[in-house]
Amino acid sequence: MTQTALTQIAEKRNAVEVDTPKMTARNVDVFYGAAQAIDDVSIDIGMENVTAFIGPSGCGKSTFLRCLNRMNDTIPIARVTGDIRLDGKDVYDSSMDVVQLRARVGMVFQKPNPFPKSIFENVAYGARIHGLASSKAEMDEIVERSLKRAGLWDEVKDRLPDSGTALSGGQQQRLCIARAIAVDPEVILMDEPCSALDPIATAKIEELIHELRGRYAIVIVTHNMQQAARVSQRTAFFHLGTLVEYGDTSELFTNPHEERTKDYITGRYG
Amino acid sequence: MPFFILFLLIAGLAVIGWVAARGRALQLSRVHDRRPHSLPGHHGSYVALWLALPALMFLTVWSAVSPGLVEQSVLASPAAEMLPEAGIQRTAILSEAGALADGTMAAAFNEEAEALVPAFREANAFYRTIGIAATLVLAFAGGAFAFLRVRPDFRARNRVERVVMWALLIASLIAILTTVGIVASLLFETIRFFERVSIVEFLFGTDWSPKSATFGGDEGSFGAIPLFWGTVLIGAIIAMIVAIPLGLLSAIYLTQYAHPKVRTVMKPVLEILAGVPTVVYGYFAALTVAPAIRDFAVNYLGVTSASSESALAAGVVMGVMIIPFVSSMADDSLAAVPGAMRDGSLAMGATHSETIKRVLVPAALPGIVGGVLLAVSRAIGETMIVVMAAGLAANMTANPFESVTTVTVQIVQLLTGDQEFNSSKTLAAFALGLVLFIVTLLLNVVALSVVKRFREAYE
Amino acid sequence: MRDTVDPTPTDWNSRAMQKRIRARYRAEKRFKFYGLFAVLLSAGFLAFLLVTMISNGARGFTQTQIAVPVNFAASDLFLESSSLEGDGAAQALAGADFEGLVEEAAREAYGADGEDLVSPAAWLKVREAVSDDPELLNGEQTFWLQASTALDFASRGEVKGRQAQRPERQAMMARYERLEDADRVRRSLSQNFLVNSDSSDPTQIGIWGALKGSLLTMIVTLAIAFPIGVLSAVYLEEYAPRNRWTDMIEVSINNLAAVPSIIFGLLGLAVFLNTFHLPRSAPIVGGLTLALMTMPVIVIAGRNAIKSVPPSIRDAAYGVGASPVQVLSHHVLPLSLPGILTGTIIGMSRALGETAPLLLIGMRAFVVEPPDGFTDPATVLPVQIFLWSDELDPGFVEKTSAAIITLLAFLLAMNAIAIWLRNRYEQRW
Repeated sequence: MTQTALTQIAEKRNAVEVDTPKMTARNVDVFYGAAQAIDDVSIDIGMENVTAFIGPSGCGKSTFLRCLNRMNDTIPIARVTGDIRLDGKDVYDSSMDVVQLRARVGMVFQKPNPFPKSIFENVAYGARIHGLASSKAEMDEIVERSLKRAGLWDEVKDRLPDSGTALSGGQQQRLCIARAIAVDPEVILMDEPCSALDPIATAKIEELIHELRGRYAIVIVTHNMQQAARVSQRTAFFHLGTLVEYGDTSELFTNPHEERTKDYITGRYG
Repeated sequence: MPFFILFLLIAGLAVIGWVAARGRALQLSRVHDRRPHSLPGHHGSYVALWLALPALMFLTVWSAVSPGLVEQSVLASPAAEMLPEAGIQRTAILSEAGALADGTMAAAFNEEAEALVPAFREANAFYRTIGIAATLVLAFAGGAFAFLRVRPDFRARNRVERVVMWALLIASLIAILTTVGIVASLLFETIRFFERVSIVEFLFGTDWSPKSATFGGDEGSFGAIPLFWGTVLIGAIIAMIVAIPLGLLSAIYLTQYAHPKVRTVMKPVLEILAGVPTVVYGYFAALTVAPAIRDFAVNYLGVTSASSESALAAGVVMGVMIIPFVSSMADDSLAAVPGAMRDGSLAMGATHSETIKRVLVPAALPGIVGGVLLAVSRAIGETMIVVMAAGLAANMTANPFESVTTVTVQIVQLLTGDQEFNSSKTLAAFALGLVLFIVTLLLNVVALSVVKRFREAYE
Repeated sequence: MRDTVDPTPTDWNSRAMQKRIRARYRAEKRFKFYGLFAVLLSAGFLAFLLVTMISNGARGFTQTQIAVPVNFAASDLFLESSSLEGDGAAQALAGADFEGLVEEAAREAYGADGEDLVSPAAWLKVREAVSDDPELLNGEQTFWLQASTALDFASRGEVKGRQAQRPERQAMMARYERLEDADRVRRSLSQNFLVNSDSSDPTQIGIWGALKGSLLTMIVTLAIAFPIGVLSAVYLEEYAPRNRWTDMIEVSINNLAAVPSIIFGLLGLAVFLNTFHLPRSAPIVGGLTLALMTMPVIVIAGRNAIKSVPPSIRDAAYGVGASPVQVLSHHVLPLSLPGILTGTIIGMSRALGETAPLLLIGMRAFVVEPPDGFTDPATVLPVQIFLWSDELDPGFVEKTSAAIITLLAFLLAMNAIAIWLRNRYEQRW
């Protein structure tokens, strides 16, 4: 990437309400062995938006999400074809380094999965492996900043050496978000981040997603349509491995173009 | 042999009883034309149990008691009067006469024995007849009693099942009995040992040189510290230096990197290492590894004191034997770490090895440590490798090329050869055994609880 | 809540970052290599062990034979073919000096020290041949007789070790080469090794006695450990109430499985020999001792197998009114049997390879006659290996290795059966 491209990124971050695609996917197919899980999906992910993927369970929304940071590589039988680009660079290209890709496209999982380490070490983990901090002070700063952004700082600042697994479920999930933020990603993928949490913890995460919006391109997979309506600006409806409809959230929920979308959001199936 | 034939006879009777009772139950159920409480087979089993169990119990007791009775009646016979009053001679003649009567011996050393043979034969025949008769009577009585109770409303099933339950309970008590047996026999002999040798000298003394004391003379010294040190050096230090890295890295490679096909081939190959008998390892260590290590030490390292029975040879081979233990425990522990941990780390952009080193291994550490403790307990209790490849010299040396001895080597050493059971030497073996038992027990208990808590943490 | 400083975005393409990435990938490769190296080293050790044993031991199944022409007609054996018919045959054979005959024949064929080339027990074969065919006595016959230990050792060629450097051996080796060129020596499959028992002469030893001892011991072990093991597994898994007693049983079993085997030897010595006065060195004592050691293995395997039968099967059986014992015998036991058998075979194979406890209960005796019953003095294969390994005579090395090959073959077969059983019958629920 050239210097100008870098400044462009910096500019893009400050530019609000301009729909510039951060990631683009074209004609993506995913196979698990012989079974096809994703069929010809094309989509743009905007920098300024929260994008929600909705659909009935098993519709491929999580599978597609895992293509965006190549987490499907960890499943030996999975095969991805098509074209997925981050800032115009093919993420499945051999020149794309998967380690760097995942640092730039962070991920938060369905179940909170803090490492069995201290809270501090959980957040510092990514910065350590990528060598982002050159001193203890810098590391402290990264940890504090990430925890603050994840809205967890006030709750844990006095017990940073405690184990991350000792936190409550909602706190653990925010810790995982802080962990993802600490490597300073450009995109954050969230795979049903609230499905294992109680309503209060869910509300906090949703609030956090609002806070983070604009700084990061956020993609959230959810099976909860109300949540999609609350947190996202753009919504994509997946069904049986295909992308049925993609548009502004308000538009999609009030005036769906497709019959299947309508059936789903009115609760006919799902 | 009569015991065995009688046993078969009773078994046969039990089968007949089973068939008969089953037939009767079937017949009765047809006559009464209502559903009986128990199946015909249950009535059969009930009769068979009544027929066989009391008879067999009696038979067991009788075969334990009857030799004593035979001997008594022989001693009461007139031929026994010329026997010497007491002592070895008397018992020798008696047992010889017994063997002659059985036909296990053809000719006697003591002529007096010949005279006792008729008395023995007579007594044998007498008590054998009584035994057989009583057993058969018991069998028939039991069978008849049970057979008469075969009625449609008789709850045969419940009774049979109660017997089954008792059998199950008794079987499971054998485990406790074994444990108690081990502890009791070790403790008993050890206490007798400590009546002769002070416990402080045993546990903290540094001079180990037991001697066979004839006529109550000097029995040597029993300071076991050199043995403990040798055991630790071979089993807990050298063997673990070999086994921990190799076992852990093998487990990591096979679970995290290897192609599934490679894994299905290599895992059993490593498990074969655990299945090779220890005597084979011992032979291998003594024949191949030890000379090679000695030559290497003498020629390339200039260690002139290198022994052909070096601690290193025994330790290295023992380490190889332990590899599959460490690797399978590490394998299990790594598998118990939730996949979400791995995904979480990979999604941060960590490489595979960073994920393993920084997340998976630390998360699996309690399980791995538990596995290593089990491996240590296994290594210090291992006998054949050290008997064949380590030495007998009780040295206190940290030089792995020299010869050291271990607790297990000395147990074998003290208990082989013909010596009377009550010498300090033999008793010392039990004291060493007790120490070994306690240490391995502690290691196992700690290891199992660590592993258990670790498993629960991720369940 | 927004933080104060917004950090500059990470420049992933900076030189330092690229360098770091390369270093990380190198570390990844290195780590993977270490793992592969560890696996290969472990497997290599196994291969090395097996290759050593097989290359040493393959010769143990064969023997060196030397051609000795025996001229019965010209000998002073004082034995007529006619006297070998009828009742007096055995007596006549026993009285004849075949030993001297063979020594004389060897001297005649190979010079004054010719008898040193032939095994001291080789005349037995000649006597046997004569007993089978008395007509031999009227003529001359060339026998392939077993060679002496010295000649046999020489036939191995150059080997390392102190024994090998002696001048006697060097001379013998030269002699062997000459004999070989003249086709007077050969190596052939040895029947001795499989049918003979222990002996002090390495050319005469065999493993039959030890094999039989192992077999008898294993029968005792199986007869005791299997029923008790299965019954306690059933009790603990299906019926035991949760109380302190059951906990004690569980702890006992788990610990017994990890108690060093030599402790069981001490138990056997103190209880079976010194308290119950059972015969020393006998398979019955060895079997009992090993049974106590094997039982926990069977219990643990049995419990796991029973545990893996899903509760729904039990519920279904109880639902149609089956009694607890019926549920057990009709459903749970048949379904868990493959797992129990697999565990049993594995436990038995461990018992078959066990040495240390048997040393303590006297099964290390020098037993020349194969045992005929459970109370006869006997030894077992692993102990036999141990005893031979202690011998100084170099002829024992290949015999020891051959015995090891035999033992490993048995263990391999047992484990193969266990694996086959597991793959064939074990169900995944």
